[in-house]
Amino acid sequence: MRETVFDFLEGYDLLGAFWVTVQLTLYSAVGSLIWGTLLAAMRASPVPLMRGFGAGYVNVVRNIPLTVIIVFTSLGLFQTLGVSLGADDFGTINFRLAVLGLIAYTSAFVCEALRSGINTVPVGQSEAARAIGLSFPQVLSLIVLPQAFRSVVGPLANVLIALTKNTTVAAAIGVAEAATLMREMIENEAQLILISALFAFGFICLTLPTGLFLGWVSKKVAVRR
Amino acid sequence: MTSVLYDVPGPRARRRNVLFTIVFLVALAALVWWVLRSLADKNQLEWVKWEPFFTDGRSWTTYILPGLKNTIIAAALAMVIALPLGALFGIARLSDHGWVRGAAGTVVEFFRAIPVLILMLFANAAYSEFTDISPDNRPLYAVVTGLVLYNASVLAEVVRAGILSLPAGQTDAAKAVGMRKGQTMRYVLLPQSVTAMLPALVSQLVVIVKDTALGGALLGFSELLASVRPMSANYGANTIASFTVVAVIFVLLNFALTTFAGWLELRLRRGRKSTGAVVGAEAVADLATPGEHMTPPGPDQRKS
Repeated sequence: MRETVFDFLEGYDLLGAFWVTVQLTLYSAVGSLIWGTLLAAMRASPVPLMRGFGAGYVNVVRNIPLTVIIVFTSLGLFQTLGVSLGADDFGTINFRLAVLGLIAYTSAFVCEALRSGINTVPVGQSEAARAIGLSFPQVLSLIVLPQAFRSVVGPLANVLIALTKNTTVAAAIGVAEAATLMREMIENEAQLILISALFAFGFICLTLPTGLFLGWVSKKVAVRR
Repeated sequence: MTSVLYDVPGPRARRRNVLFTIVFLVALAALVWWVLRSLADKNQLEWVKWEPFFTDGRSWTTYILPGLKNTIIAAALAMVIALPLGALFGIARLSDHGWVRGAAGTVVEFFRAIPVLILMLFANAAYSEFTDISPDNRPLYAVVTGLVLYNASVLAEVVRAGILSLPAGQTDAAKAVGMRKGQTMRYVLLPQSVTAMLPALVSQLVVIVKDTALGGALLGFSELLASVRPMSANYGANTIASFTVVAVIFVLLNFALTTFAGWLELRLRRGRKSTGAVVGAEAVADLATPGEHMTPPGPDQRKS
């Protein structure tokens, strides 16, 4: 009985599809951490023009649906402007375009998470540090950033989990990840409930442990005030 | 301006800032020039491709406005249906009975952990298999169902946080005048928490509006994003122009909502007539995440 139910699974690479989801998540996470940190540095900088650019970028990108950005990378960047990100076959091109779109979108949220982390450090902390004669690099590396990093674990974990779920949007440009496979399986098989339960379970396995673990870490390292 | 990172700039720091400004301006100008040149290379800057949106009213009445209408209808329906469901589950999570709390908690955690697209795909297939909703209406039903399932669970957490944000004295006072549990909830806690969670509700509306675009890309729902293809087919492959117009509309709509949420929050925090309890727009990201709540509760939130 169990075998007949699961027979149809043999024709599909379920683990492969979720592996693409994980890869999308990891590449986009690294990319958006870098670009988001740069944006946060701009938004916190003493140069008004950089602050303006950072604020503008975040407010525009946060308010555009991720789907619009991802579809744009394919229809606009690739098909109209010919940007192929150094890849030759469609699979790789779409994967890279999806990562690019996810980075552009997610970094706005990373920037806001980092900024809120810096804002939790009271101004008195750096004033006290300057008063005892610490230099600017010392204030930053010994006083401000250690406190900011600790309070930023929770918000960044939220962004990471949202990113994991958002990778499904890459299905809009045909990246062979979990949601794409789910569409294909629903089309071909008559086991809607079972298929949906499988994919739901897959995503719960990805998001729930991350949430619980990083939630525990963020509580452990949080600065009590 | 003194911030935690920088002191008030002196003469040397001010000179350095001017230098940074110039370098950044040059880099930004180079980037803008490069983008415009690549657009011009592919003939995307020709006036013919942008003209329809400025001079031809039909581009709006045939494509953009009907798309925008569908986006707003789906978002509004999702919010209106999800809110009472969310309230129900949020209150159930605060129940005195362990099994009610447990069941509601499981449902909420389940739907928060799954991408909304998976829920929409499931709803779409389920409607075509088990019901006889016409294929024309099915995308709207599927989009709204997916959004409701996901957002009801997020709103459940918002409602719970809203009720928990009220001062403990409210419950104590209700008990002191002899109210039952249900009465306390209906007459004291719920009405006040609705005010407290308004900013969070409005900013969740932004998330809903953005997620409707999924239906346009993957379920054949004719919302705003879906109007890009027919427009670029009709106005001579003006893909960049069409995307720009659609993106600008989304940004304006959502920016208005975000600003409204911020204004509400500020007003509530300053308010003298209320308890000053509020679930801020910033809290929504945290409440939408499966697992335990990560940011430690602020001074105005009671421990649950």
